[in-house]
Amino acid sequence: MLVDTSECIGCKACEVACKQWNQNEARINQEPGTYQSHPELDAQTWTVIKFIEREDANGAPQWLMQKHNCMHCTEAGCVTACPTDALHYNDYGLVTLDKQSCIGCGYCEPACPFDAVHVDKTPFNQKAQKAGKCTMCFDRISSAMQPACVKTCPTDCIKYGDRAQLIAWAHERVDQLHEMGYANANVYGEHEVGGLHELYVLLESPEVYGLPVAPQLSKRLKLWKYGVQPVGKAILGATLFGLIVNFVVARKAFKGHDGDHDHDDGGAPVPPEGAAAEADHASMHD
Amino acid sequence: MTTSFWDIPNADVIVFMGSNAAENHPIGFKWFMRAKQKGAKLIVVDPRFTRTASKADWWIPFRSGTDISVLGGLINYAISHNKIHRDYVIHNTNAPLLVNPNFKFDEGLFSGWDPNTKTYNQSTWSFQSGPDGQPLKDDTLQDPNSVYQQIKKIYSLYTPEMVSEISGITVADFNKFAEMVCNTGEAGKVALFAYAMGWTQSTHGVQNIRCATLLQMLLGNIGVPGGGIAALRGHANVQGATDLAVVYGDLPGYIGQPTQAHKTLKEFNDKTTPTSGYWVNKPKYVASLLKAWWGDHATKENDFAYSYLPKMGNVPYSHYDIFQSALDGTIHGLMLFGQNPAVGSANASKVQAAMAKLDWMLFADMFMNESGEFWKLDGVNPAEIKTEVFMLPACGPLEKAGSFTNSTRLIQWKHQAIAPLGESRSDGWIVNELGKRLQKLYANSTAKKDEGIKYLTWSYDVPGKPDEYDHEKVLKEMNGYDVKTGKQLANFGLLKDDGSTAAGIWIYTGVFTEEGNKADSRRRDAPNRREGWAEAKADGSAKYLHLDYAFAWPANRRVLYNRASSDPAGKSWGKVPLVWWDAAAGKWTGVDVPDMLPVAPDKVHEATGVPGSSAFIMKPWGMGGIWGPLADGPVPVHYEPIESPVKNALYKQMTNPAARRFNSEFDKLGTPDQFPYVVTTYRLTEHQTSGAMTRTIPFLAEAFARPFVEISRELAQEKGIKNGEWVQVESARGKVKVQAMVTNRLRPYKIAGKLVHQIGLPIHWAPKSGLVQGDIVNSLSPEVLDPTAHIQESKAFLGNISKTTPRGVN
Repeated sequence: MLVDTSECIGCKACEVACKQWNQNEARINQEPGTYQSHPELDAQTWTVIKFIEREDANGAPQWLMQKHNCMHCTEAGCVTACPTDALHYNDYGLVTLDKQSCIGCGYCEPACPFDAVHVDKTPFNQKAQKAGKCTMCFDRISSAMQPACVKTCPTDCIKYGDRAQLIAWAHERVDQLHEMGYANANVYGEHEVGGLHELYVLLESPEVYGLPVAPQLSKRLKLWKYGVQPVGKAILGATLFGLIVNFVVARKAFKGHDGDHDHDDGGAPVPPEGAAAEADHASMHD
Repeated sequence: MTTSFWDIPNADVIVFMGSNAAENHPIGFKWFMRAKQKGAKLIVVDPRFTRTASKADWWIPFRSGTDISVLGGLINYAISHNKIHRDYVIHNTNAPLLVNPNFKFDEGLFSGWDPNTKTYNQSTWSFQSGPDGQPLKDDTLQDPNSVYQQIKKIYSLYTPEMVSEISGITVADFNKFAEMVCNTGEAGKVALFAYAMGWTQSTHGVQNIRCATLLQMLLGNIGVPGGGIAALRGHANVQGATDLAVVYGDLPGYIGQPTQAHKTLKEFNDKTTPTSGYWVNKPKYVASLLKAWWGDHATKENDFAYSYLPKMGNVPYSHYDIFQSALDGTIHGLMLFGQNPAVGSANASKVQAAMAKLDWMLFADMFMNESGEFWKLDGVNPAEIKTEVFMLPACGPLEKAGSFTNSTRLIQWKHQAIAPLGESRSDGWIVNELGKRLQKLYANSTAKKDEGIKYLTWSYDVPGKPDEYDHEKVLKEMNGYDVKTGKQLANFGLLKDDGSTAAGIWIYTGVFTEEGNKADSRRRDAPNRREGWAEAKADGSAKYLHLDYAFAWPANRRVLYNRASSDPAGKSWGKVPLVWWDAAAGKWTGVDVPDMLPVAPDKVHEATGVPGSSAFIMKPWGMGGIWGPLADGPVPVHYEPIESPVKNALYKQMTNPAARRFNSEFDKLGTPDQFPYVVTTYRLTEHQTSGAMTRTIPFLAEAFARPFVEISRELAQEKGIKNGEWVQVESARGKVKVQAMVTNRLRPYKIAGKLVHQIGLPIHWAPKSGLVQGDIVNSLSPEVLDPTAHIQESKAFLGNISKTTPRGVN
């Protein structure tokens, strides 16, 4: 996906389409003194247009509008931080959340360089305690439809398609913008954290939009995911393995101890035949 | 608008003035962005830096309500710098005509002003004519009585320094702007002006638009590819409503409403049909309209039932007159369909008080709102109100079929998506039932006065489906049919004045022919998306106007006056051709339906007197009206808004003398000593007018939840107001509490040596309806009206601002 912010008119149609398609609830949460609808994304608000008010080099007012949502990083901090693999990469390379596996730990929040994933700890819903973020309308694109925001954008400033083609288009557009006098126009997302699956054509440098410049997946996070977690899991696994070994050995030992009886009564610990037969019977009716 | 959205990318310069298209026409805005991509310069002249300004090349801030000073300055610049398109002007406009030598203009008053009746006697505004009845003209434009010399004299006062003093635009900025715009006076260069409520909501609203029209004609920018005046309409179907005579002075198709002075059809036709121009055909459209309405009961013998038509008295019947009349006790009942005037109309407190005086009110809407429940508003005691209110649940736009006519006159059909919820019904069904029941009530009447109702053609039922109503039957009747054969007519050229044809609105003829519903003719490769786009081409081969997509009135024409895209000989003078004379075939042709009579460029069309070299066929002699008498003058001149912080720097006459004012206890006016700031009101993308529809929808309520007032950093500092703090905004008529939005998107102006602050308030919030609520901003706006269109001056009035406690806290 690509957002050409130079053509975004801040109409918020994408916000509405996102909510409606994903059946997320409305959260009336506007701060006073701004056109921006929500101060930040939340677990039910996956797309927000940011309104940035400033002056350009000549002192003329500048009002930048930037569609903000999950950037679907190639090396995603949230995926790295997620202890249950609820956040993972899907076949399209998109960062996907499996709500069933999400335990609401919130490790993903600080791990995201774009502040795009949130766990619902707001006063709106105390029960949910699950993360929520843009899915790039996985349910639509897997059925050959465009994401809801792309479909609804009245100026067609949100584009969806092959990433390499979008990158080529973005560079052409930036060249055009330079010619038109937008000297600071640039492409964002081509290389950041392994390359983003949401790209921007920006009119000003990324800092102006509050976007991280050259964000990196922190080494500690990587260590956590690829060092500590496997070790932890290995330890957990080893523990389990030990327990099983222990169990088997113990049983063997127990069996060994009871061995003489086996020969007597034909082995009591095995389930009675009737139970097994019943189970078979039940499965036939499934 | 004169042009089509698909034609906008052909413009070189686009001026948004009185229009905030990105916010209020987001769907159409992509065509402006397309123009920008192709190299057009987008200029926004607006008191506020809007979302449109954020996408433009240049924002020029100026004081609300001073548009004519700026446009007049452009006219002066074009004339004094010899930038006008002389060939275009001489052949297509009435600039060469000679005006009555007794015409005078002095200190802001035109000759013929009667201070007692507050109206103009327009006899000295006429043209001189020769013994043959033809107007006298001077194609050299040198005669001092010529229209050209008259306007040259009038606008000579509109110097860059004067423009700056009135509007607050710096002289340097104005000169740069004027050069960019006026350079399009060169053949092949085009400027487009886009306007909306910023021009109409003024006591000189029609003159604001006229002034741009005048400039555009002088520059040769109307009827050419990418040019014209883009009137961006205020609602999805307001063009359709206007076409169908929502304005009281009209019958459908801009025929004009007969008055009590027009006793017979002949008298009406004789007195109101011009002797030249395409309107000579008017009697055909009137007869066809009467046949459509009264069918077999409209005969030659009974003047086609002309007597059944209501005739206007000598008083206005505008929206605001309705409420004034209710307040006065002369209107007793009111039917409200899909509107919320208790919030959306200017001087809203007066509207609310007027409703309380009614005997009964019918309220048909999707959601309950403040108009339906005016008796529940704060400070109102329901026990004291006798008005009986009938609520009828109307269904939403997706629950019914029908058509929308958009800004570019494009009639687009829509289908019903879902069945109406609950007991709700379409407005059409409600009106259909009302008509049927009225006819039943009057069925046995023998009174002559009731025949108009008894004999009205009224059959829009769907057989066997009493809960439905056939929208297509209505469009078919509007299109018109041959009375004898019952066949649908293909174009309005077939309409006759002998009763053999019927058509509910002549300009729509062609929308529903024997071939079917053209409004519904939409291809899959719709031009709404990039895949469907087509570029205009120099050889005229590209079908970029998408003639097979829906139907644009009149005659499916996409660009009005398109004959002007060719020189007098009929040869295209732009870089892309639109309409030209095909000498070999002996006819007009082009990428659009030619807006021209079947006459060669060097001949004169006999029936209409329009020469083949003139493009404006609807006007007398085919000449565009640079000189065009309206109630408040033959040409636009600068007047201050009725409530203004400064004196008129140009004339002794401060404000439009013909502006309409009311005298009720609610119609107080403020002065700058008490109310020093210029207030403007406006709409946002996220909400629709009074917000009753949009604030009720959760996703739109959250998209913009908080009512606010935009104030400049300078004013905020002066008043000690911080961003987000609660403030009270007050006018002579009321006060509201809102939260401050302190921004660099507004700035003060130096006007006549004085610092003038401007503040801005959106109108979308109300205290009862919706999920997010606020005070009624229109309780501040004044009910002072344009004398022609009767629209209120809600874009420029006076107010004050002070810090206060939050809304609901005293």
